[in-house]
Amino acid sequence: MLEYYNTKQMEKSAILEQNDATENGFIKTLTDFFEGVSLLTKFTIRFFRQAFKPPFEFKEIIKQSYIIGYQSFPLVAITGFIMGLVITIQSRPTLVQFGAESWLPGMVAVSMIREIAPVITALIFAGKVGSGIGAELASMKVTEQIDAMEVSGINPFKYLVVTRILAATITLPMLSIIADAISLYGSYIGVNLKNDVSLRLFFLQAFQSLSFSDLFPSLFKTFFFGFSVGLIGCYKGYNCKKGTEGVGIAANSSVVFGSLAIFIIDMIAVQITSLLNC
Amino acid sequence: METSIVKIEHLNKSFGNNIVLADMNLVVNKSENLVVLGKSGSGKSVLIKCLIGLLKPDDGNIILLGKDITKLNDDELNLLRKKVGFLFQSAALYDSMTVRENLEFPLRGEKAICKEEIDALVIEALRNVGLENAINKMPSELSGGMRKRVGLARTLILKPEIILYDEPTTGLDPITAKEISHLILDIQKKYNAAAIIITHDVECARITANRMIIIKEGKTLIEGTFKELSEDTDEWIHSFFQ
Repeated sequence: MLEYYNTKQMEKSAILEQNDATENGFIKTLTDFFEGVSLLTKFTIRFFRQAFKPPFEFKEIIKQSYIIGYQSFPLVAITGFIMGLVITIQSRPTLVQFGAESWLPGMVAVSMIREIAPVITALIFAGKVGSGIGAELASMKVTEQIDAMEVSGINPFKYLVVTRILAATITLPMLSIIADAISLYGSYIGVNLKNDVSLRLFFLQAFQSLSFSDLFPSLFKTFFFGFSVGLIGCYKGYNCKKGTEGVGIAANSSVVFGSLAIFIIDMIAVQITSLLNC
Repeated sequence: METSIVKIEHLNKSFGNNIVLADMNLVVNKSENLVVLGKSGSGKSVLIKCLIGLLKPDDGNIILLGKDITKLNDDELNLLRKKVGFLFQSAALYDSMTVRENLEFPLRGEKAICKEEIDALVIEALRNVGLENAINKMPSELSGGMRKRVGLARTLILKPEIILYDEPTTGLDPITAKEISHLILDIQKKYNAAAIIITHDVECARITANRMIIIKEGKTLIEGTFKELSEDTDEWIHSFFQ
């Protein structure tokens, strides 16, 4: 009887300990989350303070724009072309059913320019550029290169972080415009797989369905996409810990949180646009 | 006349519950090589990182070249750092830049210097470490000893008044380590700069030290010349020199 009682007591205390551990784990996760938000906010404020304070690193901004933007061009171009082609091929059967095949260029143009091209380009950008920035800064951090800059009297935040965030903010909208154009060309090829439509007619039909209110918000939000990808990549890399293991974590979390930020910004942008259109 | 260029008074630094420096006091005089010897984890690197402002001390004063660095803002600290050289344990070369670009980097923002002068300074700094032929190489093409030399050349380019060496011979073979130690001595003579050399390499200490301190548990345990310390009868101190 005593043995039974002891076993029950032990089981009870084990359950209580497990509950305590779960509760502590939850509190720790919550604390870590708010600590992360607070640090990211401080990092953002520091960026704005440093970005408008001379001396300005124009040369480095141009160099980073080349690395970030120009070298992402082939990937964005291929993705844009495939997106346009695939969406056209996928949409055709449905439109044919309703006898609305002639709407194909317009429908693809609206969906690509309003939503798909900017978001997919930003996601590709987060994967390529966000991870690159995160890994590069993290590896500089763990090999003491950032400390070396600091002890040379150079402001590493201005040189490394401000330039990369600005380059990402400037280049993503440009890449998005290029992706828009190439995706329309992909769509034109898609249309011509089964029909015979001239390039002029295709673009005439595509642009008849578009207005300034389609283009402007989609372009405007890409500045925020670029900013968030640059900011998160730099934040994760610049604050890397745990040595070489941290480099992998920084690269990975730059992509994950960068992509998440893109969807959140997109959701907010769509809400604002639909409110303004009403 | 004040001859000290570094004066550390009652310096305390801890990380959480781990007390690294406890009431540390230190003076470095002009043109003097001070070697700081101690076991791994005794707070040697933390000491020089506090000195250059990479770590913020919890308490105490750090007077560097007549200025209390704990009271300086970022811009003032950056100006002061231009007068201080720092050789990292890993050399910390910028791996996306060539040797030339690594050396030119600390000269950014020096408006009074033209391109020809920069070239001359780079060549001179590389010649002083015996590596003028490596000017266009990438850091990945250099051996450990060469990286240390380039790191040293980078600290010399601004002609610092004091150089901080963080374990300059760690990870090098005995011959290269000896070469680096002699190089430190040559640089002291040539540039007339003071130095704090953090090490646990007794041979390096023997070659470079004008004065030495041994730190234990974040405090100065003993101070003196290499000869005085190596002849000390304390078992723990003596174990360093065996």
